[in-house]
Amino acid sequence: MCLGIPAKILEVNVDGSALVDYMGVRWRVGTSLVEHVAPGDYVMVHAGEAIERVDLATGKEVLRMWEDILKAWT
Amino acid sequence: MGGHIKGVDLIDAYRDPGLASRLFECARMRSLTAAERLGRVPVIMDVCGTHTAVISSAGVRTALSGYVEFRSGPGCPVCVTSAGDVDLAVQMARIPGVCVTTFGDMMRVPGSSTSLQEETAQGARVKVVSSPSSAVAYASAHPDVEVVFLGVGFETTAPVVALSIAEAKSKRIPNYTVLCLHKLMPPVLDVLVREPGVTLDGLLLPGHVCSITGRAVFDFLAREYRMPSVVAGFEVVDVLMATCWILHMIAERSPKVANVYRRVVRETGNQKAKDVIDKYFRPIDSAWRGFGLIPRSGLQIKEKYLRFDAMHRFTPDLPDSTDKPECHCGDVLRGRIRPSDCTAFGTVCTPVKPLGPCMVSQEGACAAHFRYGA
Repeated sequence: MCLGIPAKILEVNVDGSALVDYMGVRWRVGTSLVEHVAPGDYVMVHAGEAIERVDLATGKEVLRMWEDILKAWT
Repeated sequence: MGGHIKGVDLIDAYRDPGLASRLFECARMRSLTAAERLGRVPVIMDVCGTHTAVISSAGVRTALSGYVEFRSGPGCPVCVTSAGDVDLAVQMARIPGVCVTTFGDMMRVPGSSTSLQEETAQGARVKVVSSPSSAVAYASAHPDVEVVFLGVGFETTAPVVALSIAEAKSKRIPNYTVLCLHKLMPPVLDVLVREPGVTLDGLLLPGHVCSITGRAVFDFLAREYRMPSVVAGFEVVDVLMATCWILHMIAERSPKVANVYRRVVRETGNQKAKDVIDKYFRPIDSAWRGFGLIPRSGLQIKEKYLRFDAMHRFTPDLPDSTDKPECHCGDVLRGRIRPSDCTAFGTVCTPVKPLGPCMVSQEGACAAHFRYGA
């Protein structure tokens, strides 16, 4: 039930709703739980609301860190 | 944000079979050292239905069979909803003029004697919605109907439901109320890790609950109970990284509460969402399937917003509810037995004719074990 969908923001409306895209599927979500979103940002969508931003740079950094961990542990 | 990094590429990277294969190998190697320390196969529990589903469907359980045993704890909101709360939802649906709106998962969950789906067949009005906001829109379009939304779910869902109350208030929609059955994750984990007679060596913490609460609120697991715990996302690479790290902590005897889902989960979580929860709800003792009443483990609508509380508006009689004695969902949720240990599993209890909620929900432990056969 806590299913989240990492969607890309296409446009933000004046009422605070945003049009998002995930794998070609587009729909409108609320953004009042997240700060300063703009087109191009990624957000985690749950039950019609963006509940948090997806920080792509950190996601990539974690993968890089695991490359080192894998070398050390295997 | 993220500069030149493309989101789709990152999603693909977390699904990369090559990386997953190396992580599987790492988990097998780490599990041997962990098993040596423990004198048996390490047991890791997830407390999120989406993790349960990924562990089964991505083949993690099968690929690590004999190295790691995965169990599912109280992480599927549908599964931990007590029979009494389902009975209450059914009572609401029977009130003339009321339409109960709910996420689809709740429809088939059996209460003491019936489910919302069975009640629909008897004429009760129940409507499946994809978001609380669409339930508010339905109420706005049908002013002659009393729309009751079933507020089921953990910290992830509670702020979204709180926003629906804010929306109904600001749009002056008088016929929208919430039956608030929300539950909180830290209190149940505090009970779970202290359970006598349960073998548990590490916890996969639920990424989307943690996106709201933050990682730090779970530090007590390592500090007070020495339980290795890792916040994990929902791609196969996320789950495997967390598994490797838990096994490493067991092997090194260095329990921590770590976070491999930093792209979404921050130390103290989402303050805006936490503020919204605090504005509309307050903690209350709550009944969990399998665990009974846990102090301050649920949410109740605050006095100031009582007119949006379905319990206040309709004051239904509290049902005299009982769990089916032949269903052992409670023992599964507490980590005491595997789904296949239950005598009803796969015989009198199947996804087509489920006895209990763990076989109903796609994210339930019994349904995942039944579907993927492991």
